[in-house]
Amino acid sequence: MITFDNVSKIFKRHTVLDGVSLAIETGERVALVGSNGAGKTTLIRCLLGEYLHEGMVRVGGLDPRANRKVVLSRVGFVPQIPPPLKMPVGELVNFSAAVCGSDPDRIVAMVRELGLDWDRVRRLPFVKLSGGMKQKMLIGIALGRDADILIMDEPAANLDPEARHIFFHQLHERKDNAVMLITSHRLDEVAALVNRVIEMDQGKVALDDRVADDVEMTARLDCAIRLTRAESAFAKAMAEWRFASDDGGINWRGVVNGPDRLRFLGVLARYAGLIAGIEMK
Amino acid sequence: MNALWLTARLDIAESLRARWFMFYSLVFGGIVVLLFVFGLTESRILGFTGLSRLLVTYIQLCVAILPIFILITTVRSVAGDRDAGVFEYMLSLPVPLHAWFWGKMIGRFVVVFLPVFGAMALAAVYATVRQIGVDWSLFVLYTALLVALAWAFLGIGMLISTVARSPDVAQTGAFLIWLGLLLFLDLVLLGVMIREQLPLELVVGIAVANPLQSFRTAAILLFDPQMLVVGPAAYVILDGFGRAGYLAFAIAYPVALGTVCAGIGYHLFRRGDLP
Repeated sequence: MITFDNVSKIFKRHTVLDGVSLAIETGERVALVGSNGAGKTTLIRCLLGEYLHEGMVRVGGLDPRANRKVVLSRVGFVPQIPPPLKMPVGELVNFSAAVCGSDPDRIVAMVRELGLDWDRVRRLPFVKLSGGMKQKMLIGIALGRDADILIMDEPAANLDPEARHIFFHQLHERKDNAVMLITSHRLDEVAALVNRVIEMDQGKVALDDRVADDVEMTARLDCAIRLTRAESAFAKAMAEWRFASDDGGINWRGVVNGPDRLRFLGVLARYAGLIAGIEMK
Repeated sequence: MNALWLTARLDIAESLRARWFMFYSLVFGGIVVLLFVFGLTESRILGFTGLSRLLVTYIQLCVAILPIFILITTVRSVAGDRDAGVFEYMLSLPVPLHAWFWGKMIGRFVVVFLPVFGAMALAAVYATVRQIGVDWSLFVLYTALLVALAWAFLGIGMLISTVARSPDVAQTGAFLIWLGLLLFLDLVLLGVMIREQLPLELVVGIAVANPLQSFRTAAILLFDPQMLVVGPAAYVILDGFGRAGYLAFAIAYPVALGTVCAGIGYHLFRRGDLP
């Protein structure tokens, strides 16, 4: 569905993309990882038809620059840094729906599902929303229409656990009929969402690997943790994951979203010396 | 609704919430209020009294501050939006580039022109209510001149925003262009050039090409038939164009200049990196 053929991009004699060639098919969920300056954002901007470049980019056989309307109608994009728009949220939703030829009520329904109080935020300037609210709005605009190419830059970074679960559920519903391109600095943030990992380094593809994952995106894992002793720092970390203890901080119970388990285990790793047992099922 | 009008409406909604717009509206509204407060409608200049006197003064103030206001606010918001990632997101939506660029231009024209016109219109309404004489032909002519001036500098601003890759460069470029045009007004550097006996064609050419000069000359033309304050270059130009011809030129030329500048800006925008 998407092909990059020997794509290069040079800014003032600095090569940001260096002969990137990739083919991504429907049903693939790609983690695009790499450090700052690796070329992830530039590659996405080439895909969105926003940058001129050498080589060829095709989406469904079309050049995204020359066929903006057709190609971008299929794309749902969530940037890492929300744009500082002063317009009211309702105005942004109406504009997005109108240019995409979709129904604004679908976007509103999606935003509500993600846990945003639409009646409260619709008249607020977008820029005044909190980080999490902005992210929910942008996800709502991307998923509240018939987009089959989802391009998301650290999409779940500011979401609360419940919104993350709904977001993962939405991605799961589309996983067989869409292409997902999810960028991140860290693989553990997105590893469980994807079935393919592309790592970029200095403008080149450094790694292109398939991932086997037996846990569904919509799965929720019951988790029990036993500590050797109570520890306030651990209690604080668990509170962020909405875990609870009924014996003063020795045994902890809670639920972890399937795609979040790697991130969760990363948090637990910081307290490895305290942990007497873990069970996830 | 058409993507162009959607973009224009969006830009208007965006601008109405910006601080610059509040300040901008206050400045022009404030000028009219101050002119009334200081009793300008009661005084007389070159035969003008009543609202005509106020309009003449208002239009002279506009030529000094309107262009720089339009240039700075346009380049700050357009180049600033690109710098802040607004273009990256908004242009990931399937809005055609021509609709985005010209929609922004139209939306911006509405927000820069309406406060200036609104202040003038309110003054006219107030004068009518207070039974102060209103010269409606002067009012219509000044409205047309303001449209032309606003469009010219908006086009220049859009061109600068496209060429400059950062808000700072765009702002500096806008300021230098305004300063250049201001310095080449008839009574400033052009006067020096004439005194130094530089070729008359060059001096007249610069005067004709300067939209500030055409606006100023057309505005003055109506109340200074002896052309005591018009300046030597304008005197020569007027001699060639005639009064009606010059007024038509002073309206058509800035509109054409703004459209050409914006057209070049659009061409560069369409053929370059968008964000």
